[in-house]
Amino acid sequence: MKRFLAFTIKEFRHILRDTRTLLILFGIPVAEIIIFGYVVTNEIRHVPVVILDKSRDVTTQKITDRILASPWFLEETTIQSEQEIHDLFKKGNVRLAVIFGQDFEKNLMRGGKVPIQVIADGSDPNAARLMVGYLSAIAIQAQKDLNKEKETTGRLLIKSRMEFNPELKGAFMFVPGTIAMILMLISAMMTSISIAREKETGTMEAMLVSPLHPLQIILGKVVPYVAIAFVDAVIIMALGGVIFGVPLKGSLLLLMGEVILFIFLSLSLGIMLSTMSSTQMEAMFLSLFVLLLPTVLLSGFIYPIEDMPVALQWFSALMPARWFIVILKSIMLKGAGFLFVWKETLILAGMTLLFLLVSIKKFTIRLE
Amino acid sequence: MNEQDKNIGGGNTEHVVEVRDLTKRFGTFTAVNSISFEVYKGEVFGLLGANGAGKTTLIRMLSGLLRPTEGVARVAGYDVVHHPERVKFSIGYMSQKFSLYEDLTVAENIRFFGGIYGMKKKDLAKAGEAMIHKLGMEEVEDRLIATLPLGWKQRIAFSIAILHRPGLVFLDEPTSGVDPVTRRQFWEMILETAREGFTIIVTTHYMDEAEYCDRIAIMSRGDIAGLDSPENLQSQFSVSSMEDLFWKITREHKTTDAIPGL
Repeated sequence: MKRFLAFTIKEFRHILRDTRTLLILFGIPVAEIIIFGYVVTNEIRHVPVVILDKSRDVTTQKITDRILASPWFLEETTIQSEQEIHDLFKKGNVRLAVIFGQDFEKNLMRGGKVPIQVIADGSDPNAARLMVGYLSAIAIQAQKDLNKEKETTGRLLIKSRMEFNPELKGAFMFVPGTIAMILMLISAMMTSISIAREKETGTMEAMLVSPLHPLQIILGKVVPYVAIAFVDAVIIMALGGVIFGVPLKGSLLLLMGEVILFIFLSLSLGIMLSTMSSTQMEAMFLSLFVLLLPTVLLSGFIYPIEDMPVALQWFSALMPARWFIVILKSIMLKGAGFLFVWKETLILAGMTLLFLLVSIKKFTIRLE
Repeated sequence: MNEQDKNIGGGNTEHVVEVRDLTKRFGTFTAVNSISFEVYKGEVFGLLGANGAGKTTLIRMLSGLLRPTEGVARVAGYDVVHHPERVKFSIGYMSQKFSLYEDLTVAENIRFFGGIYGMKKKDLAKAGEAMIHKLGMEEVEDRLIATLPLGWKQRIAFSIAILHRPGLVFLDEPTSGVDPVTRRQFWEMILETAREGFTIIVTTHYMDEAEYCDRIAIMSRGDIAGLDSPENLQSQFSVSSMEDLFWKITREHKTTDAIPGL
């Protein structure tokens, strides 16, 4: 333990002495959250919707058909009452709900304004805005046809409401995404680079012939980054809360637990990458192109997963960040408990285990 | 080996390293081919050979990093296969890259390496102070390694390798890339350390450095092609310089592609 401690202390010294690294470790998270808080538009496809039709007449059926015939929406399930909607949203099964009131057709024929109530999942504000926009477009088209067919002056009115994020703040999406990205960047990239640096300078050789166990070497490398990554996660969440008003509806304890799990996952990935590279340059490129880019592009952070080609959707399932973002959004924005995120948590834990096993195997092979 | 070997190395016949039929194969390639030898206590033992002759593989097996395919090796009294951890505690190691942390100070490097060898705080402080004093580096104690000249780094690296007072020190091409004057000074330091009772196994590319060794083993294609004191080897092969000796031995060992590295 004392020998291990000596190693960890040395590792902290490396980091604190290198101002450039320090800047990366604490400056980038702050910059990212502020930059990403304001960017990016996107498109959506095949959004799971639920339709509650209290009127069940020809007109509502026609509008429903139109909605479901469009490429944007897919009917997920049918429900009997409005109470079920909230639960479906919280589980994340459904991202849009459409409600037709009673006597829909009758009211329309009388020539009044008839509301279609729309509830959207606002935790991804860009997508929510688009969903409501597409639905409005469908409604306008439907109204034109109706006016012609039935010769009525009745008008359809879309009344939308956002679940979870009533003001549709973009930061609500980007805070979880940024947390995932920064943790990945710091944990995976920095560890893989710092291990590669020891290989490059020959000090890894000295470590290996020393009585330190390989596991002690790896853990000693990793401990400081766990601490730093954790502090960063807290900084981002605090900034998100203060500047953009991103709430934390769920349990702080659960959130921290998930954050730590993801940090371990990223670290194990970083270790795995470092076993594959022998120079800092290699480690850097590997991290950037194998890790960071796919994470940003495929995790659903910037481009919605629903909108990707099916092959890429499958591929995105391999991105640890994708599952982590779902967890973060559920806990922070929807106030979901462990029961709602256990599946994603299990996936992350499984991935961590896999990466660790591969790196341990690789590390011993290298020793041979 | 010859009986007369045992008179070399200050006449000490205590074995620090014992190697019997040691073999290492990587797939179908035999890097070290059933070699046997001993190293005596207090001896400076040189390992010479072209790149790929098996020097590094041999050192890696002796330091517990690499598991032999066949044969036995005992280092400082411990079997390298069964007690690699004990072996690691009993040896010091210095590579050609010096293995110091450039962004740590001299004192921090000392504390770190002492720490990973499990030295007690008090012993470490004492040993560190003695080391700095011996090197005459009191004034640079708190400077970063990166700011020091190569020759200084080399001497610091060597001193750190023997800080925990191992019986045996491995020096893997410790003088590559250093100017002749510094090399000479460094060898004086090695010889002095050997006189204090440390055993030293050193690999080198420089033929003139072989003269400093009590005995040398010339490796070629995984075999030991010649092992004796430099003088004995020269007369045995009737040559007048180490350079010629090396050429003759490696050529007689039917190697056509081995070129002395540098």
